[in-house]
Amino acid sequence: MIKSELIQKIAEKNPHLYHRDVERIINTIFDQIINAMRGGDRVELRGFGAFSVKSRQGRQGRNPRTGEPVTVEAKHVPFFKTGKELREQLNRTEP
Amino acid sequence: MAGKTLTRADLSEAVHRNVGLSRTESADLVKSVLDIITDTLITGETVKLSSFGTFMVRSKTGRIGRNPKTGEEVPITPRRVLVFRPSQVMKNQINGVEGGSED
Repeated sequence: MIKSELIQKIAEKNPHLYHRDVERIINTIFDQIINAMRGGDRVELRGFGAFSVKSRQGRQGRNPRTGEPVTVEAKHVPFFKTGKELREQLNRTEP
Repeated sequence: MAGKTLTRADLSEAVHRNVGLSRTESADLVKSVLDIITDTLITGETVKLSSFGTFMVRSKTGRIGRNPKTGEEVPITPRRVLVFRPSQVMKNQINGVEGGSED
């Protein structure tokens, strides 16, 4: 499923909403999550999961092709931990 | 780092503010969006949200694990896990880099 299909599904369930409002709703949700993470905050969505930001220290890396040493800057990486309920739901029915 | 936590209520509030729907309806829509994503993942289908990231379900085989504290062997049954792969846009935003290609 891609974003446009998600928008379509929400639109079908809510025929009273304009399509562009449905788009705005979906974009608001995901923009808010990124925004919070940009400030280093956590986003905890009960039953679904939690987004957080982890810090990675800078390190001395190597270009795998040339073997040349390169400096890898310290950076922040997004992290998602699946919520307990969702984890259980994924395993309720055998794949 | 700030250490604040955003919740469903904050997302609902943002929808209410940005789209002008009532708080109740905004909360229902946030739930609806997460429910649709959940239902899709349960069927094993990948959910790909451009400029945000991709949620996919991976099947893990069973293996013999070990309790790290006691050293005792514990069987780990085959299971399905959810993996989130952030988009390049998300990674850049978090590091204060402008733009970045869609993923």
